[in-house]
Amino acid sequence: MEQHSSSLSKGIDWVLVWLYIALVTIGLLSIFAATYHEGDPLVQSFLSLKTDYSRQLLWIGLSSVFATFILLIDSKFFPATANLWYAFGILLLLLVFPFHTTIKGTKSIIRFGSFNLQPAELCKVFVNLALAKYLSRIETDFKKTRSQLVAAAIAVFPALLAIAQSETGLALVYFSFFLVMFREGLPAAVLIIGFSLAVLVVATLLIEPNVLAIILTGAALLTLFFLRRQIKRDRSVLFYVVLIWAFCVGVQRFAVPFVFDHVFQPYQVKRIYDTIGKDYVPKDQTAALEIEQRNKGKKKGESDYNVKQSKIAIGSGGLLGKGLLKGTQTRYDFVPEQGTDFIFCTIGEGFGFVGSLVLLSIYLVMLMRIVSLAERQRSVFSRCYAYGVASILFFHIAINLCMTVGLAPVIGIPLPFISYGGTALLGFTILLFILIRLDADRQMVLR
Amino acid sequence: MAVLNLSRSNIIRLIFIGIFLIVIVQLFNLQILSSQYKKLAEDNAIYPKRVYPNRGIIFDRKGKPILNNTILYDLTVTPAQVKNIDTLEFCQLMEIDTAEFRKRINDARFKNGPVRPSVFEDLLPPAQQAKLEENIYKYPGFTLVERPVRTYPYNAAAHIMGYVGEVDSNILRRSNFFYQLGDYAGRSGLEQYYEKVLMGQRGIQYMIKDNKNRIQGHYEKGVYDTPAIAGRNMRSYIDIEVQALAEKLLSHKIGSIVAIEPKTGGIIAMASSPNFDPNELTGPYKQKNYNKLVLDVSSPLINRGIKGMYPAGSTYKPLGALIGLDEGVIDPSSHIGCGGAYYGCNRPVKCTEHWAGHAASLRLAIAHSCNSFFSNTFRLTVDNPAIHSVRNGLTKWKDYMTAFGYGHRLGVDLPSEDGGNIPDTVAYDKEYRGSWNSCTMVTLGIGQDKMLVTPLQIANGICIVANKGYYYTPHFIKGIEGETPEDTVLNKFRRKHAVLTHIPDDVYNVVIDGMEDVTVVGTAKHITKIPGLNVCAKTGTAENKRVIDHKVLKLKDHSLFVCFAPRENPTIAVAVIVENGGFGATWAGPMAYLVLEKYLNDTLRADRQKEVERIANTNLMPSYLPRLQYITDSARAVAWFNITHDSAVVKKYWRKPHVPDTSGQSREQKPQTIMNAPREKPKRVKDSAVKEVPGRTREKT
Repeated sequence: MEQHSSSLSKGIDWVLVWLYIALVTIGLLSIFAATYHEGDPLVQSFLSLKTDYSRQLLWIGLSSVFATFILLIDSKFFPATANLWYAFGILLLLLVFPFHTTIKGTKSIIRFGSFNLQPAELCKVFVNLALAKYLSRIETDFKKTRSQLVAAAIAVFPALLAIAQSETGLALVYFSFFLVMFREGLPAAVLIIGFSLAVLVVATLLIEPNVLAIILTGAALLTLFFLRRQIKRDRSVLFYVVLIWAFCVGVQRFAVPFVFDHVFQPYQVKRIYDTIGKDYVPKDQTAALEIEQRNKGKKKGESDYNVKQSKIAIGSGGLLGKGLLKGTQTRYDFVPEQGTDFIFCTIGEGFGFVGSLVLLSIYLVMLMRIVSLAERQRSVFSRCYAYGVASILFFHIAINLCMTVGLAPVIGIPLPFISYGGTALLGFTILLFILIRLDADRQMVLR
Repeated sequence: MAVLNLSRSNIIRLIFIGIFLIVIVQLFNLQILSSQYKKLAEDNAIYPKRVYPNRGIIFDRKGKPILNNTILYDLTVTPAQVKNIDTLEFCQLMEIDTAEFRKRINDARFKNGPVRPSVFEDLLPPAQQAKLEENIYKYPGFTLVERPVRTYPYNAAAHIMGYVGEVDSNILRRSNFFYQLGDYAGRSGLEQYYEKVLMGQRGIQYMIKDNKNRIQGHYEKGVYDTPAIAGRNMRSYIDIEVQALAEKLLSHKIGSIVAIEPKTGGIIAMASSPNFDPNELTGPYKQKNYNKLVLDVSSPLINRGIKGMYPAGSTYKPLGALIGLDEGVIDPSSHIGCGGAYYGCNRPVKCTEHWAGHAASLRLAIAHSCNSFFSNTFRLTVDNPAIHSVRNGLTKWKDYMTAFGYGHRLGVDLPSEDGGNIPDTVAYDKEYRGSWNSCTMVTLGIGQDKMLVTPLQIANGICIVANKGYYYTPHFIKGIEGETPEDTVLNKFRRKHAVLTHIPDDVYNVVIDGMEDVTVVGTAKHITKIPGLNVCAKTGTAENKRVIDHKVLKLKDHSLFVCFAPRENPTIAVAVIVENGGFGATWAGPMAYLVLEKYLNDTLRADRQKEVERIANTNLMPSYLPRLQYITDSARAVAWFNITHDSAVVKKYWRKPHVPDTSGQSREQKPQTIMNAPREKPKRVKDSAVKEVPGRTREKT
């Protein structure tokens, strides 16, 4: 099909671009507010490349170069090379195992000189491309379980690799692709069951095992009572109810303790317990030792400390906030990781509830815009890709914000476009601008 | 379900909105509803730094500062910043070895963490400080920090001034947490009594600190700060030169000199010996010096002016005469035939004079300090037929003594004053099971028996005689700078206690005549006079004994002397006690005269100056002290050994340096072998009314 315009700007969704610019600017300001030291010469430190904000500025420049390049690329390039990218991503992830450098407890970083590459971060884009490609294939009938399993495997395989690199947080992001699959026809039941399972797991942690068992049994009996007519008609209903009940009790009684004892690292279990507000008692000496070692050199109750300080920072912002560079919590390093994972504290403290609300609205508008963009695509590939972008962004935003306000366990994932971190910014930029590029050519049928 | 009817894209939208709503609700909860976070954030980041003002200065009556403020330096270290320093050179400068250096750095790291400064060495000696100041740039991480310290330009009045020290948990609790850990407060003497005046008002600077408690600057540029207000200065009645003289006179002796201005109750001097240099307890070696003072059995830290309890001896006699006159049991012409002892009771009371006529009148009896006369007077007083019983008599007599300020705390403006002891019927009932009479306690009439008084009380009693019936509570402080009606602390010292003004002046005059005669024809006539000055005085020689090694040791008499002058218009009253100094006129008298001369004439004659040196260089330290020191030290060594099983200290008290044996059993014989000390031969004990228990005046540490 003929390219209608040689102009770069033709068909570009400027709303998204402006939202992107707004977010990146807010991010740069926040990093500046969190790390600027009084008395530093402003212009000099912005250009020196020695401070976080000047480095972020460099990354923003680099990202815009990449963005421009992506806009120059023919949109057919992406579906055409999607699988190649995926293979490349997996290769990168595998390369991590022999070539990683351990930084801050993660084993997921490859180092070239002073440049740190985190393949799991970039791999999101590749997985998104590959998944979109797979779902948009003419041969793929997503109603078939087999296709669904293949799609799930595409998303989950890199997640498993990330878990192997002790990057549980990043791995979690890959599960966001289930939202894409849901849009493409994955039965709602899968999501509902998944959600219910999550509720059950949390309930297991919160409630005494016996009490929970009694509650579950009670719920089952109640269901039987309400469904007694159906049961009279069809005995199999009874069978299903009992089966679900048995499964729930099984999860609550055996599966969850097993997963907590054998799958998760003790420190992760402790973080989960910290979030729901319960004391974690390590089951044996080695587990206790491991937590100890992880917290070596830190104050007692450190992982709890992060969330506490973060909540204090956000809470002390009040309605209108203390103003830029006025927040005591963030200015004087009470909040750890305040340039990266806890960057939202700077905004919450400096600009208060109103400022936070503005940021949340920008994000929400962006997500809504992406969903509408997705819905207006004529090609399945573009639609799937757009949903992928929305899901990834949404997962990052939701988990990061919930973590900083104390609703989720501390999982080290960045706030898109705002957190300090070159690879992450570059990754999100590429992710978004591929979408913008695809959208600009939405009139073309790519399938 | 309605949700299921929506298109899948809308369901996804709903999920997005739902999660965002949850976050917004939590934000609303944190930022709008909860109020504690603001406070928590402030607690995190704002550090109210206390600013300590200079303490007030105390001036003497001529406006000379008795104590002053100066700056010494602490060396602090921030362990994390100590890098690339020449440790060896530094250690040479600090006069420590490298092991000690490492230990101190580790201690600092442990106490305050690596990034906060902790004290490496406090109160550097000036020479060391100067050397460090020059080279401090070579030692990153080390800083010199100013610290205000008291100095005492005259090296005198240590006991009166007291000292300033860090508050302990008791003070913290009692002050209702007005003080905080690390604050300094007056811990004894005037520093403690007038703490509220001297300390001034602490200021607060709100500082911003970071997550490692490092100060980052003023909060909001200091708009919430309150400035510190310096402590107020005080003027005292002390004449610092007289005080210094009194302390000098008492050197190498145990005793006390108290001089009071009778018209106001203002204390001119209060010396106590053994003494110490107040500057020793402020500087770099204060802990070392303090330990030495605490362990000394002659207890130099005790202010004997208010805590020494002595038999009043003959200095009581003028008061006894006044009581007798007021009760009407004697009159100025009363007399007694005394041939060297009083035989009115079973046991004779000896008198130093035995020539006939030395007690021919009250005036002569006072002048020659006749024991017979005053024993008799006392018996007449308590056996007064008008009162019917000796019990009532004793009670009545005690009332008089209480009015004279004996037997209870006077309320001087120093902490921890002692009240002395005036016995009452209860005390005798207890000792004699209710069967006693005036003969049992006849030596009360010559200031012995159970009567114990402090030098301050003796001086105050003589003030009452000089004032003819009234006194002001003895005190040091004349006025507070910028005094307002809210300063009530001095009010009680300005109230006149007109306790015995009902006794007519001519009765007082009889006693005062007698006291004047003491210096003319009486017991103190040999003391060198001051030209043109009529001094009224009374000597005292008090028996005393002490238990050492389970034996009662009769010691040399205490030498006492009281006087006031000039007779016509008394401006100074002096009480002197020299422990084991012998006759009152031998040591105490000349000392009192020197104090009088110095105060009244503002200077001493040249030959008097020599007399000062002679007295100051005379050693009258009691001979039991080395033995007592030995007992105390060895007992402490044994106690230490029992706790630690470390024989390093106790070793030198073992009887034999080394006993070669094979059984290994006798190695356990440590405590009972402490016997080879220089032991004083106990003198024969004569009967005596007073028994001084060892350790009575010793400070409990």
